[in-house]
Amino acid sequence: MDFSLNDDDLALRDAVQRFCEGEYPAPERGNAETPAQAAQRHAALAELGLLGLQIPAELGGSALGPQAAMLAAEQLGRALANGNWLSNAVLMAPLLAEAGSPAQRSAWLPALAAGRLQVALACAEPEARYDLADVRSRAKPTADGGWSLSGRKALVLGGDVADLLLVVARTDGERRDRSGLSLFAIDAASPGLTRRPITLLDGRRAAQLDLQGVSLAADRLVGPLDAALPLVERAVERANAALCAESAGALEALLAMTCEHLKTRRQFGAPLAKFQALQHRVADMATALEQLKSMACVAAMALEAEDASERTRLVSAAMTLTAQLGRQCGLTAIQLHGAMGMTDECRVGHYAKRLIANGLLFGDAAFHLAAFDAARRPTAADLDLTP
Amino acid sequence: MKLAFSAADEAFRQAVRSFVREQLPGDIRRKVELGLRLEQADYVTWFNRLEARGWLTPGWPPEHGGPGWTHLQRFIFDEECLLGGAPRIIASGIQMLGPVLIAFGTPEQKARYLPDIRASRTWWAQGFSEPGSGSDLASLRTTAVLEPDGRHFVVNGHKVWTSYAQWCSMMFALVRTDPNAAKPQEGISFLLIDMTSPGLTVRPIRMLEGGTDLNECFLDNVRVPVENLVGELNQGWTCGKYLLGHERTGIAGIGSCKQQLARARQLAGQQGLGEDALLRALLQARLAQFEIELIALEATALRLLAPGQRSRVPQVEASMLKVRGTELRQAIYETLLDIAGPDALPFSAEAQFLEFLDAADDAPVAPVPPELASVAANCLDARKLSIYGGSNEVQRNLIAQAVLAAH
Repeated sequence: MDFSLNDDDLALRDAVQRFCEGEYPAPERGNAETPAQAAQRHAALAELGLLGLQIPAELGGSALGPQAAMLAAEQLGRALANGNWLSNAVLMAPLLAEAGSPAQRSAWLPALAAGRLQVALACAEPEARYDLADVRSRAKPTADGGWSLSGRKALVLGGDVADLLLVVARTDGERRDRSGLSLFAIDAASPGLTRRPITLLDGRRAAQLDLQGVSLAADRLVGPLDAALPLVERAVERANAALCAESAGALEALLAMTCEHLKTRRQFGAPLAKFQALQHRVADMATALEQLKSMACVAAMALEAEDASERTRLVSAAMTLTAQLGRQCGLTAIQLHGAMGMTDECRVGHYAKRLIANGLLFGDAAFHLAAFDAARRPTAADLDLTP
Repeated sequence: MKLAFSAADEAFRQAVRSFVREQLPGDIRRKVELGLRLEQADYVTWFNRLEARGWLTPGWPPEHGGPGWTHLQRFIFDEECLLGGAPRIIASGIQMLGPVLIAFGTPEQKARYLPDIRASRTWWAQGFSEPGSGSDLASLRTTAVLEPDGRHFVVNGHKVWTSYAQWCSMMFALVRTDPNAAKPQEGISFLLIDMTSPGLTVRPIRMLEGGTDLNECFLDNVRVPVENLVGELNQGWTCGKYLLGHERTGIAGIGSCKQQLARARQLAGQQGLGEDALLRALLQARLAQFEIELIALEATALRLLAPGQRSRVPQVEASMLKVRGTELRQAIYETLLDIAGPDALPFSAEAQFLEFLDAADDAPVAPVPPELASVAANCLDARKLSIYGGSNEVQRNLIAQAVLAAH
């Protein structure tokens, strides 16, 4: 395995780090942002080329791979940057590049890269938890060759401000069937679409959607009819790989903050850093950080694997640890900061919330552990444990 | 970055795998797979075959008989040997003393001792720990006093936890040569001691799993020629630190983790644990969790060797790998115990020998399936992993101090 980074990688990492220091001043990290702030930061992301990382060069992007996304995500995570980069640049851009028709690609991708068009993926449904095949929304063909869409969508990351929503709907089959799902692009202003903005645990923004007979022209179908699930799964895998890197970045910042606190705060006549019980918790946080960094690399590399079950296996391995270690370290850091860590003013809680949220967004630890097990590569010595 | 190993590394892996398959005697492999005791002859047989291929001392520089492998090749080699059921390289001479002599020894010391280590003619005991100094080696009290003619040291003291001393003819030891040094680690020297010397006695220590591979060594006016001093007088701490650094590189034990995880999956299948839905789910989740932890451990070990990826905090990688690797292995051993369940209870020290198990096969009622005979002993024995090589608490102290200093 090759984990080395080249000069271009390192230059990208430094550029994103400088960007974050400018846009996200340390004392404000994790604060709720105003719509004006969010729009200005999105424009700045576009300016730096971060929205087009995974968009083909002829459509205004820089055509970099998952490794670039990993490096950007890690730095954005350190700064607790918002979720619109993730929804646009990671979830949507490669999905549209992969599934869109030439007309769709040239209509949307250059605008996405330039920050003029925000897009969001509506793949989760109420009561479906993390099962992407658990879709009850339906798209029915209309007489004019178009579609009529009805259903409900839960937790569309960045869906509160998106101009275009990519909605997964059933064109065939029953709830939880793996086939019969298709993708439709809906304008945010479409009649019949109601969206309710929601704020997530960590301050990121999303929306819930209610669709009642939203009419769509035939050219709003994105990708193949009835066979969208693998595309959506792959998009969510990209998001999960980036979330692992984001968590590694957030944990890095949290560890630095915690060390600073332990060295400064004195109790019982000595700095907290002198107490062995506290040192051991720092050692475990530092070790968790190295594990998450490694898994972020593994997940990014896995995205390029041809075999879908190999991708799932390794991304889910990464997310199992992201969810477990992220939450554990976030809560440990609060403990190490004492009552101060419980206040909203202290940044520690904001980092803890982000780490917890990342482990609940596109699959929790149990979901990913099960997904890993279902996709695991058996070794020669294995025996079947199923009855 | 790339997920796969290179074609050359894969070819190397295949070469090691075939070598192990062809050269490792079947009875030795069986003992290792069943977690049974190995005897000195088993180790020597395997070591001699490795040496014949030039693979016994991968950590030694090529001019002293090392194969000149990269870190990654060493990693692959260790893993393939363990997965193929080969005994671990336990000899202190190969892993500890060899590198120290190569770095600090005189030409005479190298010529005299290195070839015998490679031929497995001399087994070396590690004389570091003492009853009053475990992980805190700077507190050791065994003394070595130079005789007035300057030709011999006279050594007095008590060493403990000496692995395989019963098979060893030589010992390398840390001894106090200047009790008045300003700092406790400044008055220590590194000495080579002939274990047949008058005044040196070895007493085996019976351990809780029934083994006696650890020993106490009593040194009562043992005379050691001055040419057996390695490095400078009172500078033994440098040699000791160098040696422990070497010892820790392979200490994550990734190959052992894989080996024991495969054993757990195999035994779980045989034990009929698939019939109860909750038990099956619990066990399946535990095994999957171990596998994920193992992926993270392996990726971390490989990543920390990569350029541009080093930790912000140097020198603590080995400690992190030691803590994670040993605690993961212990958790797997505990799961093996749970998988065996009531079959882990019948316990006898003899049942950990292949000859005994083979004889019991003919008995009308076998006391316990051979695959499970040593599970409890293995689990208990694995408790040493978080104690030796600097206890995991000491490792966590080192990690925390370095991390705190870096921020």
